[in-house]
Amino acid sequence: MAGDARLAHHFSSLSVQAHAARLGMWLFLGTEVLLFGGLFVGYAMYRTVYRAAFVACSHHLDRALGTVDTLVLITSSFTMALGLHLARGGRARQATAALGATLALGLAFLAVHGHEYAGDIAAGALPGRLYRAGVELPGAGIFYTLYYFMTGLHSLHVVFGLVLLGWLTRRTARGDFGAGWDTPLELGGLYWHLIDLVWIFLYPLLYLI
Amino acid sequence: MNELLRRILFLPPQASAASVGIDHLHFFVILTTILVSSVAGVVAVYFMARYRRRRRDQPTPHLEAPRWLEATFVIVPLSFFLLWFRIGFGQFVEMTSPPADAMDVYVTGKQWMWKFAYPDGPSGLEVLRVPEGRPVRLLLTSRDVIHGFFVPAFRLKQDALPGRYTQTWFVATKPGTYPVYCSQYCGTSHSRMRAAIEVMAAGDFDRWREEEKRGRALQRDTALGAADDQPRASDMVALGRRLAESEGCLKCHSVDGSPHIGPTWLDLYRRTTTLADGTTVLADEAYLTESMMDPRAKQVRGFPLTMPSYAGKLGAPETAALVEYIKSLRASVVPAPAGGPVYEQTGGP
Amino acid sequence: MSKPADLDREPARASYLTDGTTVRSWLDTRDHKRVGLMFLVAVLGALFLGGMFAMVLRLSLLTPEGSFVGPTAYNRLFTLHGIVMIFLFLVPAIPSAFGNFMVPLMIGARDVAFPRLNLLGLYLYLIGAVLVLGAMIEGGTDTGWTFYAPYSTSTPSAVVPVLLGIFVVGCSSIVSGINFIVTIHTMRAPGLTWMRLPLFVWSIYGASIIQVIATPVLGLTVLLVAVDHAFHVGLFDPAVGGDPLLMQHLFWFYSHPAVYITILPAMGVVSEVVSGLSRKNSFGYKPIVYSTLGIAFVGFFTWGHHLFVSGQSTFDAGFFGVASMLVGVFTAIKVFTWIGTMYRGAIAFTTPYAYVCGFIFFLVFGGMTGIALATVSLDAHWHDTYFIVAHFHFVMVGAALMAFLAALHYWFPKMFGRAYPEGWGLVSTVLIILGFNATFIPQFLLGNAGMPRRYYSYPAELQALNVASTAGATLLGIGFLIIFVYLVVSLRHGERVPQNPWESRGFEWYTASPPLKENFEHLPTFSHAPHDYQEGHPHGR
Repeated sequence: MAGDARLAHHFSSLSVQAHAARLGMWLFLGTEVLLFGGLFVGYAMYRTVYRAAFVACSHHLDRALGTVDTLVLITSSFTMALGLHLARGGRARQATAALGATLALGLAFLAVHGHEYAGDIAAGALPGRLYRAGVELPGAGIFYTLYYFMTGLHSLHVVFGLVLLGWLTRRTARGDFGAGWDTPLELGGLYWHLIDLVWIFLYPLLYLI
Repeated sequence: MNELLRRILFLPPQASAASVGIDHLHFFVILTTILVSSVAGVVAVYFMARYRRRRRDQPTPHLEAPRWLEATFVIVPLSFFLLWFRIGFGQFVEMTSPPADAMDVYVTGKQWMWKFAYPDGPSGLEVLRVPEGRPVRLLLTSRDVIHGFFVPAFRLKQDALPGRYTQTWFVATKPGTYPVYCSQYCGTSHSRMRAAIEVMAAGDFDRWREEEKRGRALQRDTALGAADDQPRASDMVALGRRLAESEGCLKCHSVDGSPHIGPTWLDLYRRTTTLADGTTVLADEAYLTESMMDPRAKQVRGFPLTMPSYAGKLGAPETAALVEYIKSLRASVVPAPAGGPVYEQTGGP
Repeated sequence: MSKPADLDREPARASYLTDGTTVRSWLDTRDHKRVGLMFLVAVLGALFLGGMFAMVLRLSLLTPEGSFVGPTAYNRLFTLHGIVMIFLFLVPAIPSAFGNFMVPLMIGARDVAFPRLNLLGLYLYLIGAVLVLGAMIEGGTDTGWTFYAPYSTSTPSAVVPVLLGIFVVGCSSIVSGINFIVTIHTMRAPGLTWMRLPLFVWSIYGASIIQVIATPVLGLTVLLVAVDHAFHVGLFDPAVGGDPLLMQHLFWFYSHPAVYITILPAMGVVSEVVSGLSRKNSFGYKPIVYSTLGIAFVGFFTWGHHLFVSGQSTFDAGFFGVASMLVGVFTAIKVFTWIGTMYRGAIAFTTPYAYVCGFIFFLVFGGMTGIALATVSLDAHWHDTYFIVAHFHFVMVGAALMAFLAALHYWFPKMFGRAYPEGWGLVSTVLIILGFNATFIPQFLLGNAGMPRRYYSYPAELQALNVASTAGATLLGIGFLIIFVYLVVSLRHGERVPQNPWESRGFEWYTASPPLKENFEHLPTFSHAPHDYQEGHPHGR
């Protein structure tokens, strides 16, 4: 009976509704990929022009903190998937705990990254013409413009993801999701995984090479 | 016929060698366009009348286009389009390949005026004088935002970008004065950013240049322009020599061939240089300018990597002056033959 | 159109218009038809504003030294004209107004896949429009709708609110695209296979794919320019090592496909009107479907034809030029198909059909001038002159706007259950076609003569052509005013019409006119393609 109440009037069945929601979410994720895609193109272009500066600036970034961020996000993706699995199995309390852990890890990511920004700013590593730190090569300012913009845009998406997670955690705690209906949780999970995936591309490009 | 069509279509005079061929392609394409679109419109109207509905629920035959008809309507337009592309792109390649013996002129766009400078002087505002029948290459840059250098009579246009050089070239074929417009929106007085190209008979041009070198005719050419925008030296090479001293270049680079901290500038221009990674590069204007802005991009083999970058310290006119100075440093009067002209676009995707 | 006697009474069953009459029931609606209607009102408002700006520009161009407004106001007005017309009218108009209304009807669905998202899209559009137009209060900006760096990042005018407004409208566009793709994939009624879809639905599908792929890149570009403007971080500023050409590439990667977002739904309308008013099946259904997808795909590889003289490499110019030629072939296939559909049809010569004839002429002429530009060498002369202005107005106004007007008239009886006055319709169509030619053909000649675009003042010898163009624009404006008046009057006082006044066998005509709130009493099933005029009796469901 609960399933019927969730069926919107314009869909012929719950499975069509879920399928439509999933397709819509994948399309939306596609647009996010394209949004970041333009930045990756810009990064690739400037890296070929200012190779030396980009390599030098990359070494100046705090690799340790970047690695911590990466591990935090990967773990949060795992707890997210775990939460979905538990919810599907009807274990709402444990699912809520897993989602809560995801939330906490997401917040930790932001905290670590904010700390990293503070360090960069204190060292004078500012974007564009504001750049004052040690790398005396043309293009250093461009590297940092791209760094702040790419990681900043990513962090903004993490914030959106946390808001979404908060809402989903509440609903999971209320027992809204089960074997019969878990679509919002599944789609929210997809969004969170995308955020993780974008970071997994950002991290090596900015910190490692 | 050419002249009649040119007038009907409101095209300016064909005052450059390339403009004739361009106009011929124009006539071919536009006449076909007018013909085809009129036929399409007329046929649509004709069908509308001929096959008008006579009964409210009048039936119609079920018709689908046969394959061969579809194929015709694909192949015929595509053939025309590709033919036009072949002609036009061929013309474009020529328009972007200046000959080796072209006379260079540096063009700087700035809100809201154009400045012209010959490598060995003088420079001027608003009016560019060129000889008839000889190729002229324009090296364009901007002091601030993107401008567009547009000479309708030459069917010529090229954007002038800040921070780099773009190039274009022409051979003027008709003496006269032709307007130059800015074609890329650049601010409030964009539509007033005008100049003129004065094409002189070759003999007259040479005589005028002689006079210029004696420094007499400079004032005649300046219509407006702030005095502080005029370079103090009317001679770019002299300016380059002074800058080489004041900016510290001569601390590392010699001008007489003697080895020093950096490569010598004597005979540097168009020298095939070996880089640290083993590849070779021709030391043209683009290479020299890039080396000033980003010395580590193409490091020369056998020299330490100590040259600082002059990005932000030297503006476009200064780097141009230094390039001209370097070009003037030749061991013999006869220029050493280069491996081949290097006149590609100076950078960019 | 005949008028059975029983139509004089109000219809027995409430339509979507009368089912719920509070303001709240409109502002909070989930009904795709109401959302479509509100979008229609919004985009018509944008068209009106953009048209007003255009009239001021044309009046100013009556004299070589400018008149009516000064250069700063002029520059800001042409910027706003472009932004309003492109982002607030051309891109959303047909999909958000007519797509929303017709697509569910055409596929046998009760609504789009995400009705609340649909409503959100409307509000995003309105918020974006308010941001853009609100920036006018701060004086607006003068960068042109293309806002090239570094001018746009260094000019002190109100660049940031305008760019944010464009960003928000872009979100609306993405929302619309996602909604239509999912709707068409998942909500087709039984029996409606892909190759039975109405051509209008295919065109919305193609345009939605482009919206979803291209618009995020625009969103990124406006953000980058806005951040650069606000904080001078110099991604596109050469003084700090940035490259202004990168901005142009990112910008045109969206903005060229954007014109296909505009023209594909317009072509879809033409396909429907030609078949419906000729009572004839499409001469080439599959060729049109494949051309639609072909334009959507190849259109993504042509953006560099805006950069031929910008400092792009010669090799790139060659690649983009050839790709541009290929796109032209797809359009040729469609024109051939439409004319073939008219052959041996049963054509009702009415206002929508007259617009279709105008559309065909303007699309071929305008499209072929695009091919001319893609030959590269010719573009060196024409780029950034009035030739370009004339070219894109031919395809965007002459073609796309004509198709919008055709849709408005063809579907007016469907949406409102009333007829517009055919006589006035034909009069205004003639005025618009004549006015349009008188406005823009002189502009081709102005471009040939060398008059650059975005010019406040121009050489005196070009005055005659400019005056001619302004006269044409006035005629065009009068035509639009007449349409506006008689359509508004017809909303109340137009003759009531039967369900299918055109005797069309397009699928949307099997519903009531105006439709019920839930579209159908019983969900339909499909057993044939649309515009099948073969059987002796109309197909019931």
